[in-house]
Amino acid sequence: MSYVRDVGALARKDLLLELRARDTLPAMLLFVAAVFVVFHFALPGTPSRLETSGLLWVAILFTALLGLGRAFVPEREQGTLDGLVLAPCDRSAIWLAKSLATLAFLVAAEVVALPLYALFFHRVGGATVAAVALADIGICAVGTFLGAMAVATRARDLLLPLLFLPLAVPIVVGAVGASVVVSPGRYLGFLALYDLLFAVVCWASFEYVVAE
Amino acid sequence: MLVARRLGKRYGEKRVLRGIDLELPRGGFLVVTGPNGSGKTTLLRICAGLAQPTGGTIERSAVRAQVGYLGHEPLVYRELTALENLELYGRLYRVVERRERIGMLLERFGLWDARHERVASYSRGMTQRLALCRVLLHEPELFVLDEPYSALDEAGAELLDAQLAELRAERTFLLATHEPVRVEPFASGRLALAA
Repeated sequence: MSYVRDVGALARKDLLLELRARDTLPAMLLFVAAVFVVFHFALPGTPSRLETSGLLWVAILFTALLGLGRAFVPEREQGTLDGLVLAPCDRSAIWLAKSLATLAFLVAAEVVALPLYALFFHRVGGATVAAVALADIGICAVGTFLGAMAVATRARDLLLPLLFLPLAVPIVVGAVGASVVVSPGRYLGFLALYDLLFAVVCWASFEYVVAE
Repeated sequence: MLVARRLGKRYGEKRVLRGIDLELPRGGFLVVTGPNGSGKTTLLRICAGLAQPTGGTIERSAVRAQVGYLGHEPLVYRELTALENLELYGRLYRVVERRERIGMLLERFGLWDARHERVASYSRGMTQRLALCRVLLHEPELFVLDEPYSALDEAGAELLDAQLAELRAERTFLLATHEPVRVEPFASGRLALAA
């Protein structure tokens, strides 16, 4: 129960910081909207559902990268990670809280992105929404973990996409598959398995990422 | 409380600490001095559990919850208010009667009236006072303080003196400073690091 309270306190802090600083969410919203407008005018004719599904996932991944890149910025700039690491709570609570806060920002960006996608390209079906929900969990779990690793290095801005994008390939495969096939169950199951596997790995090993 | 033997620390090729021996019994007050670059901060980070030595051994009887660490950074969020910062740490450290304790510390360090202001609007001295409130909040057994007087005006420094005097008998202190004279009345030992 105290673990849940710790996660709640840390996630609340991250949401409050974003509410005050407004560094991340406006950038994500602007970016995802701009990407769809660019795609809309850049693509000739009427692109197929398969093609536009790919574009949707490219937009979501890069929008998520914007948020993930900012996830540990307050801790880096203000050196507060030491304070969190020293606190007697389970260190995985830091990862889980950051993942939840990033998930909230990503979902907010998608609330704008999906209607725009529907407006410019194709209707968004239930399978796509389910794929987005499952993919978001994986993106935020893995991305936050890698963000914590990258933030300790000098090449942090370069390192995060280099580490994250290869690990996000299965998410894209599963999500595009779920968005275009008639029976998406297999792909949604694959995304759920990815989430479960990587969430457990990140949860169990975050301690070693933040400890020197 | 804290025993280190032949403690060493390297960052790549650069050797920061070599062969440090220290013994800090419960109730002790060890003052660490030395010029810039002598490894005071690294030693304190190791003692607080924030860094691992690359040589030697360290034994600390205090667990994480019993350590109060003040580093060069205040470890508070600039976009949060003083109250929100202390609430966060109070929750993480499971401080009992959190609100009362936070209120008492903010009063004592002269920050009560500014408790709802964001730390970003604080002066460096006020931020240091808040950092001291954060360190004292969970009533640690072992205080690891790196230049605690930095940025404090005379009134702030006197507040810190009073706090050290109050806690001196029952807590253990490891304190790095460029002003050893100031903490001389409290000290039970001194460790001078060479550059």
